[in-house]
Order: sequence, then C-alpha cells, then structure tokens
Amino acid sequence: MPEMNTSSLPDLIFTILFFFMIVTTMREVTLKVKFVVPAGTELEKLEKKSAVSFIYVGPPTDQLRAQFGSTTRIQLNDRYAEPREVMDFIYQERQSMSDQTAQVVSIKADQRTQMGYITDIKEVLRKSWALKVNYSATHRN
Amino acid sequence: MAKKKRKVPGLNASSTADISFILLIFFLITTSMDTDMGLARRLPQPPEDEEVKQELKIKERNVMEVRINAQGFLWIKDGTGSGFGDIRELRSRAKQFITNENNLSVLPEKHPINIPLLGMCALTDKHVISVQTDRGTPYNMYFQVQNELVAAYNELRDELSKQKFGRVYGALTDEQKVAIRTYYPQKISEAEPKNYGGN
Repeated sequence: MPEMNTSSLPDLIFTILFFFMIVTTMREVTLKVKFVVPAGTELEKLEKKSAVSFIYVGPPTDQLRAQFGSTTRIQLNDRYAEPREVMDFIYQERQSMSDQTAQVVSIKADQRTQMGYITDIKEVLRKSWALKVNYSATHRN
Repeated sequence: MAKKKRKVPGLNASSTADISFILLIFFLITTSMDTDMGLARRLPQPPEDEEVKQELKIKERNVMEVRINAQGFLWIKDGTGSGFGDIRELRSRAKQFITNENNLSVLPEKHPINIPLLGMCALTDKHVISVQTDRGTPYNMYFQVQNELVAAYNELRDELSKQKFGRVYGALTDEQKVAIRTYYPQKISEAEPKNYGGN
C-alpha cells in the first residue's frame, strides 16, 4: 500500500489555526461578580469587538461572598472598583483602541441591580465622553 | 578558490503539524464564538458647565414622562392623562404619542418638514420621551421600559418603510434609512430634567 503524502497537512492545520486566531476574542476576564442579564426584543449585535469595553455589575460570586459580602459591586478588568474609577478605566481602554470614536461600553448588569449603581456609571460615562452604551441582554420572543 | 558545493540538508518539518495542532487546540478552547447582544443606547453629551442648568423650554404637550419608582411601578404622563400604567400598554401608548395621528392638541405638535425621498411631511419632531428612575428602581424594569420604547420606534419605522418603500427598515438603502430616521427621530431622554417650561 502506498503511503499517503502528508506534507500539506501542516498548511491545512495552519489555515484552520488562522481562522480561529482571527475570530477569537482573548478578553476573558475572570468574573468576580455573578449576573443574569435582562431579556429583551430590540437587541443589536455588538459589532467590532476590539472597540468594546465591558463593565460588570452584580453581587460577588459565591466563592467571594464570604469575603466581600453580597452588596452589588462593579467589576472593571480583574478587580472590584468604585464608580469614579470608571473614568480612568475608559481612558485606558480608549488608549489601546485604533478607532477611538467607535468606543462602545457594554454594561453587563444583573437584573436585580438597583438603578442607583447604573445611574452613577452612566454619569461617569457621560463625563468621559463614552456615549455609546450597550445594555447587555439575552434574546426573548 | 573553487569551493565544493555542499548540499543544504533539508529541515525536518515533520513536527510542524504537531506544533500547529497544539496552537489550534489552544485557540479552539479560548475562543468564544457567542456574539454579544444588547440594547444599544446613546447617552446625552455632558453638560458644558455644571452651573448653567439647561434652559430648554419644552412645551408640556411635547413631553411624555415615564417614571419608574423603587417598587418597579410605572407612572406614565402625557397630554391625554397621567397615572400608573402597565409595561404592556407602554408600547402602544408611546406609538400613539409619537405619531399623534389625529393631530390632537394635547399630543406633540406637528411641523411640516421637507424630507428627501418622502416629500413634505408633518412631523412631531419636538417630542421627548423622558424616562426617570429612582435610585432603588430595579435595573430589569428600567431595561424593559427602554426596550419597549425602542420597540415603539422600531415598529413605527418599519410601518413607514413598508408603506413608502415596500420593505422593512433593515432592508432599506442608507439614503432611505436617513429619510425614515428623520421622520421618526428617536428622542428618549435619559437625563433627569426636573423643571419643564410652562405651556
């Protein structure tokens, strides 16, 4: 039986590899808050992943509850933060973006969060000129 | 100096496949193919001077107020009346407010405006829907209200697009979209304007 020629196998694998490298988003922060986003009907997809900054709002996860209690927290990158720190976070994120006017802030907040937290964040976002926000949600019919 | 030509030994490339396989598996695991969805909103620009309060005079008939209290109850007020309302009636109420089909004197005033592709139209371009919340309002309720209001606009735009161009809003050309957007501008105020001007 003649042996199969496998010399093109690496090229093939590389092609698949490049595909995944392009579609992947490495921004996977370890979540320190748990949240169930609301469900809506008029949702839009988040285009341009590179221009999106995420703000997580919710109570600490079960493992961290003993240490931090169960009041609502705001998570930026890998740590808890106060609303006023959002401005620095936005500026930092903006600096690493190629198209700074396209910056979108995605707010991933728990359904039961009190609006006070969201209003504070919104106020800071306005002051930092990050006006495009996206309230993260799941689709419902 | 005739140098003896030496043959370059071929590089053993048999492990490239393995290396790329490892990389492939790494990206397969870290990738998140799920697309993030959400309700896109635009915040108002920051006030230029904290001292100067907005002197915007908005006629009362042009304002629809939606207040959500800490218990998550809705209170809706427009020219036709005010009182506690249900989230399910908000969409139709908003549509009725935005269109003012019968040109009632208590709903937003209409101005004739010339829009490219649509011609002269009477629009309620001065209307504002103001959403006010309490610090204790559940986020979910706020989100649902926003969702219903955006839905009202989207439905109106779709209706108009079908009537004028025979297609839904999403399938229009950019030019047509601009025309429809001028007809039904989205005016949901997220700021907290406390004092509106008189009648």
